Order: sequence, then structure tokens, then C-alpha cells
Amino acid sequence: MAPAETVLTQGAGLKKPEDLTLLHEVAEATAGVSHLEMCIQCGTCGGSCPSAADMDHTPRMLFALLRAGLREEVLRSNTPWICVSCYHCVVRCPQEVHIADVMYTLKSMAIKAKLYRDETAPDFSASFVDFVENYGRSFELGLATRFYLKHAPLRLPGMSGMGIGMLTRKRMNMTPTKIKGLDQLKSILNKAKTLELSS
Amino acid sequence: MNKYIFYPGCSMEGSARAYYDSLKVIEGPLGLELEEVNDWNCCGATEYLSINLIPAYSLIARNLALAAQQNTETKTVMAPCSACYLNLEKADYYMAERPALGEKVNEALAAGGLHYTPGSLEIRHLVDVIINDIGLETVKAKVVRPLTGLRIAPYLGCMVPRPDYQKRWSDHEHPSELDDLMKALGAEVIDFPLKTACCGGHMTQIGPETAYELIRRLVSGAEEFKADIMVTVCPMCQMNLDAYQSETNRYFGTNFHMPIVFFTQLMAVAFGINPKEAGFGLELTSAKDALAHIGLEAPTPAAAPHKKAEGLPMPKALPKKYGGE
Repeated sequence: MAPAETVLTQGAGLKKPEDLTLLHEVAEATAGVSHLEMCIQCGTCGGSCPSAADMDHTPRMLFALLRAGLREEVLRSNTPWICVSCYHCVVRCPQEVHIADVMYTLKSMAIKAKLYRDETAPDFSASFVDFVENYGRSFELGLATRFYLKHAPLRLPGMSGMGIGMLTRKRMNMTPTKIKGLDQLKSILNKAKTLELSS
Repeated sequence: MNKYIFYPGCSMEGSARAYYDSLKVIEGPLGLELEEVNDWNCCGATEYLSINLIPAYSLIARNLALAAQQNTETKTVMAPCSACYLNLEKADYYMAERPALGEKVNEALAAGGLHYTPGSLEIRHLVDVIINDIGLETVKAKVVRPLTGLRIAPYLGCMVPRPDYQKRWSDHEHPSELDDLMKALGAEVIDFPLKTACCGGHMTQIGPETAYELIRRLVSGAEEFKADIMVTVCPMCQMNLDAYQSETNRYFGTNFHMPIVFFTQLMAVAFGINPKEAGFGLELTSAKDALAHIGLEAPTPAAAPHKKAEGLPMPKALPKKYGGE
């Protein structure tokens, strides 16, 4: 066994210095102070997660991959897309990591890098945003029609009863509502699209 | 009079119309005065945040900026929708916690002639306002038709008690406030262990198998406790459990029938308002039997068009996850 001081100077046998670029990049791109660097790998997040069974990696595993700098593996993971934003992990995390917000960051990074495996979820978000950008309000009927025809046409027959139920009860509007300040909103969003949090 | 700046959110005009209608009829009895945010826009729900951060927060902050410049005697914004509430709260909180975010968002807002100083508004949810500002005593005093004998599963969902940046709730996972409100109406309230469990959120759209399991846990939990009805504070929870309950039943081969309505609807009927005006009849999983427990007749929902024959009977396949093909 090597003497203690050798272990210290040689970093316990590491062949290369730890590279935290990816971890810092994600933390910087996340709203608020994410505390991502503070993760102690306790696994409370995965144990609290109602949808962990369907995830490629539990949040804890994902954060370990981030620390290891495995960019592609992280951005291809379905984990952020399965996260239901229930914030159970967030209130239980002993290090107060903004886990749900980190998941949002990873989704937007995966979209930018085109590294997601299944386009269903990104497409749903993009369609939702598209209606909001064009009307200032969400438009459920438009979103449902566009989304189901493209991604889940086989679900449509089974769902027609529900769709009719929603329409006859006037719980779904036939036409979108437009806000008055749409031009103002568009100027704001166009400017916002030129800005990044981490710079 | 308790006055608030009111941010209704998109669902209130569509899928959660029963929430809006029932809120409108209890405003008077509760002494609530609501002034809508002028020309508010969508908060982006849980979708915009996953696309692009600064635009997502700018979308939310336009509402905050408009609300802050509205000339009223209050600086409290009230949102009845959990996702809207959380987004507004989150933007206000993070813009202060991370000044770089505040600066970038204000740079974007300036392109539309707006500005928002984080911390200049207080963001609160409707259920918090009713319980903590108006108070259970006032609510009790307005009850003319107590909900005696109605077994209620109180269901708060996620985004009101969590993450709870301003520490307003007695507990993040098992708060008792909604229980107390329902007890004030005279109802029998079960100690529902899943009261802040997740309804699946947008997974009903993008990953239905994940959502069906979460919906199943909730409705089967409520049935196990012999609840007559579930009560929610969130349009998304109501939509998932109500409108997707039959799909969930089909997926698991179960036969749950657990109606779920907004807490304001039960407040309205307890205040003596008729079920139709309280938004009953708009639910897809009918609350008729539950209403019968308190001697009320449910309005008949609009007739659906004739159903066509479904073709030859086919054997039903089990979901893959449960051993089917």
C-alpha cells in the first residue's frame, strides 16, 4: 500500500483529473441556484419518485453520470422525459437540489443536441409552445388533434368517447383565444430567444 | 372584502370550466373580490420550461409585470390552477434567487416595454387564500346545506404543497388544510394517504402507461377508503382522473368509478347553490351517486351523439407490462 501522502498527491490513483465541465454547464443553465454540485448520491430522489420504474436511470444515477461527464448518455436518457414534476424528490432532498428544474434543463439540452431517443415528448412540448407563441393562450383541441394524429393515431378510436364528452360539455373550445398584446408578447419572446442564462 | 389580482389561466376557460363557474358563484358569499390580470397570457404549463429557459420565464414574467402595474389596492396575485400558481411563484422566486435570470428576463420584457421587480407581488393559490385569509369560520357560517354523510377523499396533488418556496403549508406531503376545509362543510373526510401523490401530469398525453398507473393508484386508493368522491384544487389532476379514468379502466381491466370535482363545487352546493350552477354535470365520471348521498339530483349532461356499433367482439389483450402480447 502506498503511503498516505502519495495517495493524496496522485488523487487516489486517478489516471486523469476529474472533469466537472458538464456538471457546471447544467447547473449554470438551470433556473435558480440548483445545488446540483451538492448531490451526495443518497438516492432519496429515486426512492421518492412515482415514475422511477419507467426511467432509464433514477435521478441519482443521472447525477452520477453528469458528474462523470458522460454527456451523450445523460442526454439520451429518458429520465427527464418521464419526470412528472411532482417535486417529491425536491422536498425530500437533503441537499436541496432543484431536481425538477435540472430535469427541465436536461430536456432543453437534449432537444438542442437532438439527442432524445423518442420524439413524442419533445414534439408535444413544442406543439404546446407553438400555440402559446401564436395566440398567447394554450389551445387544447388544436394541440390534441395535431399531437394524436402524428404520434398516437391508434389511441384515437379509444379516446373518441372522451373527446366527444369534453366537446359536448364545452370543456374544450373549438377555436383558440388570442390575447390583445400578441405583438408585445412576440417581441418579448423573440428577444428572449436570443438570450442564454449561462454566459 | 378580500381583494386579489386574479390570474385564471387557460384551463379555467376550457377543461376546468366547472372550477371557474363554481368559483364565480362562491365569490359573493365569501366576500372575495377578484380583478383579472389585464390581457394575461398562458403560463407555459410544464411544457415551455423544457424547450427554452429564458423565453419560458419571460412568458410567465409578462403576467407578473402586467399584474404589478395594475392599479389596485392589493399586491397579491391569486391563481386557482396549480401549474399556473407554481410557475408564477417560481419565476418570482428564481428571478430573485438568481439575479442573472432576473436580468435576462427583464432584458426580454423590455422589448415589450415591461419590467418586473421580483418580490413586488405575493403569489398565492385559491385554496390557501380561502383557508388562511377568509378563514374556516366564515366558510362554516355560509353553510346552509351541510355535506353530512358524504365521504370525501381530499386530493391536493403536487404543485400546491410542493416545492412551497414560501413555506405556506403545514406539510409538503401530508398537509391537513384541505381536510379542514371539507370538514367545515360538514363532510366526512377520510385521511387519504395519497392526498399529494401525482396524477401523471402531461404523461396522459406523452407516456400514457406511466400515467395510467399513477391514476390507478389514486382512484383505487380512494375506493379502498370507501370515498364517495374525490376533491381537487387542480385542473390537471381533475382532467387526468376524471377524463382518463375510463381509459385507465380499459388498460387494467378494472372497473373503477371515482368521481372527482373541484373543492369550490362542493363549497357552492354546501352554500345552497344548485348543482348545475356549481358546475356539476361537466365531469365525465359522473358524480350523480355522490350527490344523491346529500339528497341532491345531478344535472343531466349534454347528450352525446348516438354511438355506432363497435364491430365484431374481439378478445381483449392484456397490457404488455402485465404479461400480454
